[in-house]
Amino acid sequence: MNLLWMVGAPLLTGLAIVLAPARYARLIALGGAILQMALVMGLYFSFTHEREVGNVFPLLFEKQYQWFPSLGFSLHIGVDGIAVAMMMLTAFVVVAGVLVSWRMEHMKKEFFFFLTLLAFGAYGFFMSMDLMVMFFFLEVAVIPKYLFISIWGSGNKTYSANKLALMLMGGSALILVGILGLYFSLPPESRTFDMAKLAETGIGFEIQRWVFPLVFVGFGVFTALFPFHTWVPDGHSSAPTAGSMFLAGISMKLGGYGCLRAATYLMPEGAREYANIIIVLASIAIIYGAFATMMQKDLKYINAYSSISHCGFVLLGIGMLTKTAITGAVFQMVSHGLMTALFFAIIGMVYERTHTRLVEQMGGLLKVMPFIITAMFIAGFCSLGLPGLSGFVAEMTVFVGSWETQDVFHRTATVIGAMSIVVTAVYILRAVGQVAMGPLAASGEGVEDARWYERWSVIILIAGILAMGLAPFWLYELVSPGVDVIVNQLAGE
Amino acid sequence: MFEYLHLMKSEAMVLLIIFILLFIKLGKGLHNDTLLSVVQLLLLCTVVISFGFNDTGRVFNGMFLHNTLIGFQKGILVLAVYIISLVCSNWFRQTEHLAEVFVLMLSALLGMFLLISADNLLMFYLSLELSSIPVAALANFDLNRRKSSEAAMKMIMNSALASGIMLFGISLIYGLTGSLDFAQIWGQVKTEPIHMMAFVFFFAAFAFKLSVVPFHLWTADVYEGAPVPVTAFLSAVSKAAVTFAMVNVLAKVFANLSGSWYVLVVALSVVTMLVGNLFAMRQDNILRFLAFSSIAQVGFILVGVSGQNEQATVATTYFMLVYVFSNLAAFGVAAVLLSEAGITRIEQLKGLYARSPFLAWALSLGLFSLAGVPPAAGFFGKMFLLMAGASKGNYIFIGIATLNMIISLYYYLRVVRLVFTSPDKDVASLQVSRPVIFGLGICIAGIIFTGVVSWIYDHIQSLV
Repeated sequence: MNLLWMVGAPLLTGLAIVLAPARYARLIALGGAILQMALVMGLYFSFTHEREVGNVFPLLFEKQYQWFPSLGFSLHIGVDGIAVAMMMLTAFVVVAGVLVSWRMEHMKKEFFFFLTLLAFGAYGFFMSMDLMVMFFFLEVAVIPKYLFISIWGSGNKTYSANKLALMLMGGSALILVGILGLYFSLPPESRTFDMAKLAETGIGFEIQRWVFPLVFVGFGVFTALFPFHTWVPDGHSSAPTAGSMFLAGISMKLGGYGCLRAATYLMPEGAREYANIIIVLASIAIIYGAFATMMQKDLKYINAYSSISHCGFVLLGIGMLTKTAITGAVFQMVSHGLMTALFFAIIGMVYERTHTRLVEQMGGLLKVMPFIITAMFIAGFCSLGLPGLSGFVAEMTVFVGSWETQDVFHRTATVIGAMSIVVTAVYILRAVGQVAMGPLAASGEGVEDARWYERWSVIILIAGILAMGLAPFWLYELVSPGVDVIVNQLAGE
Repeated sequence: MFEYLHLMKSEAMVLLIIFILLFIKLGKGLHNDTLLSVVQLLLLCTVVISFGFNDTGRVFNGMFLHNTLIGFQKGILVLAVYIISLVCSNWFRQTEHLAEVFVLMLSALLGMFLLISADNLLMFYLSLELSSIPVAALANFDLNRRKSSEAAMKMIMNSALASGIMLFGISLIYGLTGSLDFAQIWGQVKTEPIHMMAFVFFFAAFAFKLSVVPFHLWTADVYEGAPVPVTAFLSAVSKAAVTFAMVNVLAKVFANLSGSWYVLVVALSVVTMLVGNLFAMRQDNILRFLAFSSIAQVGFILVGVSGQNEQATVATTYFMLVYVFSNLAAFGVAAVLLSEAGITRIEQLKGLYARSPFLAWALSLGLFSLAGVPPAAGFFGKMFLLMAGASKGNYIFIGIATLNMIISLYYYLRVVRLVFTSPDKDVASLQVSRPVIFGLGICIAGIIFTGVVSWIYDHIQSLV
């Protein structure tokens, strides 16, 4: 199949939303989201089919179109298993996000348009094999987030929106300087932005040594790399429900994927040079995020801080540079994307009914809204790594992979990471228990359970979590060849 | 004769419009609406003629040079004037002296055409004067506003000063090289102090016209005081023309000094971006805000100019095309708001979306493009300027420029946020007239398509 459909579908959906009357906006958005999901599923099946018939070429469905050829850009698209996994994650979160926002009334046309624009940016980002095109799609996904928070957000939204936009743009500025530096440091005849060509010809260590940190930290800002994580709690808690789902579910994954694809894969020597620093920062993020979560009273802040901790696992896996650990990092991206989107969706539903997000003002909600609270349990258990759910698979793989390197430093980092699971269990069980159990709090009186669109939104995300948690082998088979390519690159082959 | 007409077709067309306007004025005169439609139609023809059928050649003993790139640049300038005539049509219809306004504006445009075509210092100087004195007269056209007269006064004083400085530079060059012809000067400019001095004087005049810091002090007052169409003309057309001329002259006349002027351009660029951005943050008047934002944009243009190669020329031309669309979208909305609702301050933009979604979107897209946010064309424009600048390998400078993009994002987004915030009280919706919708529509289409359609950039590249 032609991958351009994956960006074409959201683009056409967005166009239809703009042209149609406002009352049809949500229907078109849902139709478009389902279409994208069908396309992604089609992509997955044709991808696995190609692999089954023995196509071992790392990139499938590759196409190259002219785009600013005189400047060395080209619209070079293609997917490996990692990209397919990320696009499936995007499709799940987009459908769930549209469904959760079904009752959106304020400026709904714009709301669904921006939602679709974000999906457009994410799909394009995951499939691009050209650094500049990748950067373009990354930037496309920044400003809708700002508008989400500042128009439809709540709380201290001006501050949060500015903080988010400026920090993310700061991250992209680092990436841009890195990319341009990389391009112009190469000898004129081999200058290109094409990642496949760059990986083939190789980049000198002198260049890697200063470009790698720029690109890695730039993408790291997106995925809450300590100490650039401060936009996460404010941004997530002020965003509207669908906005938080996108931010944590997809947007933070753009950073993780970029760290893997643009930094580690292209500049393996740089990655080896800085791996220890990455591991230290990731460990700090994991443990700091976990302890900071314990102190939070607001459900959204709880999930936001725990996202910092969980995304730390992604960076830890990448920093370990072994095959199992990097596979774990990819697993963690998918798992965290689904789980955190589910959690934010549920927090939105609970808030809509109880008009509070403070844990202490809730209680006994399981009696009045069994469906929503059951889903919340599932999200919580996934977050603390209960076997059978996706979180366990992902974190376990990261730990096994990190344990493979046998020296004190790596093992200490692994132990610190593993310890955070205990802290996670404490805050998740405390929060969920308080919300669900005990006598019914005043805020929970007279509320009803989930409506049909909310149910579907939850069901789709839980289906993803279960599919990954109960049968992780299909995901492993999907991403494994892609990870092999990166690991081979790291091994210098 | 045919050669003259063919190479100077844009100039001839503008001259024709000027004469038509003068004859109409001599006769009975026309109603403003009719006159405006006539002018718009003629300008549209000029746009078509300027973009098409370009050839390379010289006339007037080599003083006047025309080639495909210059033809395209002239096209950008007329296109900008055409868009101004559409988006500011409210003001044009209300003014008492419509014919005079256009005669002056088109005379300035004619001067700009000759400026970018000039291949001789004398010609260059004369056309620079022709392009600035009518604008000063135009700045005074809000006859019963004192600020308008103040703006005209500041404008004429500064223009005179800049011209004087440039004339001094020119006379030094003439004394040193014994020629006024670009081609003959080129080989004779050396890296000696006296040549440097001539260059610095010459460059200072450009800096005045482009409002590069520290020569920017007139900008905000003039933008605020002058009528909105004139401000739009100054910030889009005038800036574009001087930029084209500057890139041309730096490459043609001062190529031998390129090592020295690189340092100068980088230093001025950094200062200009910083000052423009930091001051733009604190403005509460829309026009002053746009003035400082345009100063910051000039700093960005200098990033591209510092590249000193063919790509710098292409990137600057491309950026100016994008800048015309983005800036005129913002000015167009400001003009409508001023004439229809008397809105001058940024806080009054609050709830604009509730009053007119179209204006809100046009303004936001314009500002997004100015800020360099994709998929708006401004993103590509800035990216290519950065690429041109980065080819020198000075990544600290590029880093400073990208940081400035982030600073500018802060104040552009502040305005966008206000536009989409719900208003405090119920407000009447704004009516937008058809020419304005058409003009803003051109800008919006330009902002969306100039970027993602790479054909336009490739076309400019092929012209060089």
